[in-house]
Amino acid sequence: MIKSSLARKVVMALSGLFLVFFLGQHFVINITSVIAPDTFNSWSHFMGYNPLVQYLLQPILIAGVVVHFVMGFILELQNSKARGVRYVKYKGDANASWVSRNMLISGGVVLAFIALHFYDFWLPEIAYKYIESNPEDATRYHAETVHKFEPIWRMVLYIIAFVLLALHLLHGFASSFQTMGVNNKYTPTIKLVTKIYAIAIPLGFVFIAIYHHLNPITH
Amino acid sequence: MKLTLKIWRQKDAASKGKMVDYPISGVEGDMSFLEMLDVLNEQLINKGEEPVEFDHDCREGICGTCSLQINGEPHGPDRLVTTCQLHMRKFNDGDTIVIEPFRATAFPVLKDLIVDRSALDRIQQSGGYISVNTSGNTVDANAIPINKHDADEAMDAATCIGCGACVAACKNASAMLFTSAKVSQFALLPQGQIEATERVQNMVRQMDLEGFGNCTNTGACEVECPKGISLENIARMNREYYSASLKG
Ligand code: HEM
Ligand code: SF4
Ligand code: FES
Repeated sequence: MIKSSLARKVVMALSGLFLVFFLGQHFVINITSVIAPDTFNSWSHFMGYNPLVQYLLQPILIAGVVVHFVMGFILELQNSKARGVRYVKYKGDANASWVSRNMLISGGVVLAFIALHFYDFWLPEIAYKYIESNPEDATRYHAETVHKFEPIWRMVLYIIAFVLLALHLLHGFASSFQTMGVNNKYTPTIKLVTKIYAIAIPLGFVFIAIYHHLNPITH
Repeated sequence: MKLTLKIWRQKDAASKGKMVDYPISGVEGDMSFLEMLDVLNEQLINKGEEPVEFDHDCREGICGTCSLQINGEPHGPDRLVTTCQLHMRKFNDGDTIVIEPFRATAFPVLKDLIVDRSALDRIQQSGGYISVNTSGNTVDANAIPINKHDADEAMDAATCIGCGACVAACKNASAMLFTSAKVSQFALLPQGQIEATERVQNMVRQMDLEGFGNCTNTGACEVECPKGISLENIARMNREYYSASLKG
């Protein structure tokens, strides 16, 4: 089934929706770093040491990201081949939104961000736990996170990435329902939820980045 | 009015083409776009030059033969019309109009503005039919009750004229709007149920074989379709396909 165009689209939509779900969960945890640092510490510690999260959910998440962007590149490559000779004049904005036509650009920036994000948080965690074999410390997460946002360039990069993620989701969230075959009386509601989610969640992450940048921990 | 036309000229399928400029005058607002090209061709023939080849047949918006990418949009800037129904009053004196063939790997250029759209025919042939016993005791189609809503939606899907504007407009050169219209017109009716499973699988397989792209739901096709075929048909085709795949 994976051989057909519709199968590839389903893979794209399901992996995309899975990432949308993950993003929401990630936001709920991160916002506690602003409103309840102790909760943030204990939740982060749970996520970092629970074997179910570490050895089952984390690999599933990584696989989800990889499947999504690899399939995205494959689809875009095929689509570019399907056009063949380019138009001398192509008026894309006459019939489709910018966000829907540039999923590769917004997705590409998000991919670059994910690489930075891994370097910022994931690699140090892996090093801390499995390479340096440091003892468990359930109180370190909040301070480490806040420190990360001290340099202004990191805050700016995070903001840019989340703006592009918002653009990606403005098309992607509702689009995945169409792909799954849902286009009915609920479609206006799905489009509304897409707008709210795609703007509110990235805006929330931007708020967290700015908040931590403006409120450094001074010892 | 006076216009400058920038037209794709290509000798045959094997040659490389290029854009050529043609000034034209004496164009009336009441002319259709194709009549305007007729005027140009008359001028070219009188000068002993090769006329610009383009596809046309009914010239009343029902056959789907006329094509052309006009100023970056299939069938030009007007909505819900084919090129033969596009009037020159949609343009202004002094305009430059860029005219290109529909572009898709599955639509090879044959000459100038004419492309081979038989890929769409092959998709239709792969499943866009029902088998009916016509040996004498044929059941009258109206003997099967069909609710009004389904009948209307099937009729809407069946208005697709196979022009290929959806493919030409789509940034992915996807033929999913066409294919989904052809799947839907049968999927909605009881007569289409017997072959439903193989139909959608065969038509999607043929669509992929022809080298059309993958839909990313930009919606460009729906906007440019001269018959207003809706994206709901693509969602329906997807549902049909998934349930057919689950049945095996
Ligand atoms: C890792 C970098 C990413 C890349 C390179 C990427 C690329 C793409 C591309 C090219 C598409 C267009 C395919 C289509 O519209 O059918 C797409 C769709 C989509 N993406 Fe992403 N993406 C990335 C990350 C994400 C993330 C982090 C999320 C969610 C939080 C996401 C959610 C979606 C959704 C929901 C769709 C719509 C699927 C559909 O239309 O059926 N993507 N992505
Ligand atoms: S769906 Fe519309 S644009 Fe596509 S072939 Fe049919 S009539 Fe033409
Ligand atoms: S020539 Fe028949 S639709 Fe235009």
